[in-house]
Amino acid sequence: MKILKDHGDTVGILAVWILLVLLFGVLSDHFLSANTLTTLAGRIPALTVIAAGMTLVLIVGGIDLSVGSVLGLSSAVLGLLMVDWKVPLVISAPIAIVVGMLAGTVNGLFTVGLRIPSFLVTLGMLEICRGAAYLVTRSQTKYIGASVEPLASMLPGTTFPISFFLSVGVVVGLQVLLEKTILGRHIVAIGTNEHAVRLAGIDPRPAKILVFLVCGTCAGVGSLFHCARLGSADPNAGSGMELAAIAAVVIGGTSLLGGRGSVIKTFIGVLIVATLEAGLAQIGASEPLKRVVTGAVIIAAVSVDVFRRRCIGENV
Amino acid sequence: MVMQELNLLSTLSVAENIFLDRLPQRAGFICQQQLMRMAVEALQRVGLSDLLPSTIVGTLGMGVRQLLEIAAALARRCQVLILDEPTAALTQREVDLLFSNIRRLQADGVGILYISHRMDEIRSIASRVSVLRDGACVAQYPTGDVNPNQFIRDMSGGESTFVLPRVKQKKFRSTVLTVEKLCVGVRIREVSFSLMSGEILGLAGLVGSGRTLTLRALFGAVRATSGSVTVGEGASGLFTHPSQAVAAGMGMVPEDRRHDALLLSQSVRVNATLSTLPIHSKRGWLNVHSERHSANRLCDRLKIACKTPEQTVDELSGGNQQKVSLGRWLERSCEVLLCDEPTRGVDAASKASIHNLLRNVAAEGTGVLVVSSELSELFSLCDRILVMSNGRMTGDFTADNWSEEVIHAAAFKGLSTAQRESVT
Repeated sequence: MKILKDHGDTVGILAVWILLVLLFGVLSDHFLSANTLTTLAGRIPALTVIAAGMTLVLIVGGIDLSVGSVLGLSSAVLGLLMVDWKVPLVISAPIAIVVGMLAGTVNGLFTVGLRIPSFLVTLGMLEICRGAAYLVTRSQTKYIGASVEPLASMLPGTTFPISFFLSVGVVVGLQVLLEKTILGRHIVAIGTNEHAVRLAGIDPRPAKILVFLVCGTCAGVGSLFHCARLGSADPNAGSGMELAAIAAVVIGGTSLLGGRGSVIKTFIGVLIVATLEAGLAQIGASEPLKRVVTGAVIIAAVSVDVFRRRCIGENV
Repeated sequence: MVMQELNLLSTLSVAENIFLDRLPQRAGFICQQQLMRMAVEALQRVGLSDLLPSTIVGTLGMGVRQLLEIAAALARRCQVLILDEPTAALTQREVDLLFSNIRRLQADGVGILYISHRMDEIRSIASRVSVLRDGACVAQYPTGDVNPNQFIRDMSGGESTFVLPRVKQKKFRSTVLTVEKLCVGVRIREVSFSLMSGEILGLAGLVGSGRTLTLRALFGAVRATSGSVTVGEGASGLFTHPSQAVAAGMGMVPEDRRHDALLLSQSVRVNATLSTLPIHSKRGWLNVHSERHSANRLCDRLKIACKTPEQTVDELSGGNQQKVSLGRWLERSCEVLLCDEPTRGVDAASKASIHNLLRNVAAEGTGVLVVSSELSELFSLCDRILVMSNGRMTGDFTADNWSEEVIHAAAFKGLSTAQRESVT
């Protein structure tokens, strides 16, 4: 019972996911199988790390619309290095990550230094990175092939890819950062009332810049997982992914107003989004219908969360 | 209804705020001329005739904002008017003006529910009193029949918490804060003073005289244009960010606790330890156990009425919220503690314990600077009182030579004759 009391929201959202899985299990004969789980685990790593980074940005009271494009640019750089310049993965992967980190840092510096709303800065960055991705690849998909695929291969002894375990590692790491470190406490406090944090004698700027940096880095890491799964680098990669990530974060109960949220719950949010996607595909729903249903689920999930909080007397 | 915590839209103009729910319209468009005319009228009623109705509310001080709320309530043709601590940020003159308005409404047959913890106000304005304690009505009587001690006994449930003896003449050891010729644009001009270790220094003045701004400029929350600030043995200069002031040994309890001090949706623990996180951590890793311990200790020491330290702060009463805001600085052993209206919107018992707390903090060697609009509070609490007027320091009094009269005189000193006339 104590677990239920302390982690009521986590249990609640986990229950939603399990219900969803069972629902598709009933609707489709083939859904409840190890195969589906493996497919799911192979598909979500990129979205998972991006949504994890996005969670921190939303908690600190900002938003990052550029993550999808940053993933695209990092992929493009990875493709250029590995295909055209024959640079091995161990060198090109860190470079792709650094590209994401730089984009995130620029987001952070402009948002914090010039006090421009992060919505606007990252909207600009979205265009810049997407354009740059096309420029870098001359608008062509680079077929990297087997040299990038080790990341997507199964971890020995399991039926899940290595990238899945790495992305879960990122989720756990960021959750620990949020809960157990001064930095994490500052992030939550800034998202709650930045003004008060400043007057409490804490400079909120470094923490905010760092959050955007982490989010960009996550997009860079996501690009590796994305390319590994497809075996190629597409300048179009990750388009629209920022919205999927925000959806997953919000389904996970993180407040768009900042100050409240959890990376673990975001992960469950990602599971819900991915399960919907896979389940609807399996029962033969068309692409447009899938989007309608996913949208409805986002609104439903947020409504339930707000309603539950009102019931227990929290101000929302 | 006038709320204790202010409810104005800071990006709109004064006039729009007063008439927000009934803006004069012509074919769906706001009729600006009529709006301004109505606003001037409403402002005159609360004595703000020199305030332009087109001023943006965000640029005004707390006292003026409170008067605006009252103006908005008065401008409404209502049958029942609820005033919740309407005088918390007002000076005596503004209170008198408010009371004459209340009496006028009373004569017009409006029922008025006046919530306050200022006994003298209640005695002078109310015809009947109800005393509430812990969510229940414990006493009710016509005002004429009772003496203030009766109220206080009823409120505190028997035992009187109202004894606030002033500690007689202390010996001060060393200077902890020296301010020299501090200027902020034209709003603060060459303010100089010093604060000793263990001293409680009051800062009096009219609303808008620059007291809050001085505090904020000292603390680095507002950029000062020139001057120098020295904390303890440290180097003199100006702080450009509050984090520097805190590192130098200062703490500040801001006037508007909900907006400037508290993380409302976070727990008492998170709020209490916000400025002391390095104490509760090792190489950046938090020790939640040590935080809990410290939050518990704080709740005990300050008698903060909360179920557990994990309760969120917005569920607490104003007095308890203020104690949390103040308690944040207690574990840091600050050299200088700046308090801006530390008992605004706080009940009588909390007020007494906040006063006692400030005395204890001073007794431990901290220099305490208190801004207050309540002279009686400054008289009972302070060792010395400075008076500001129109951005300048116009008076420096000790217990030997202070009185309401001389302080009022000093508070009006910096105003030109024209300004003085518009105020009186």
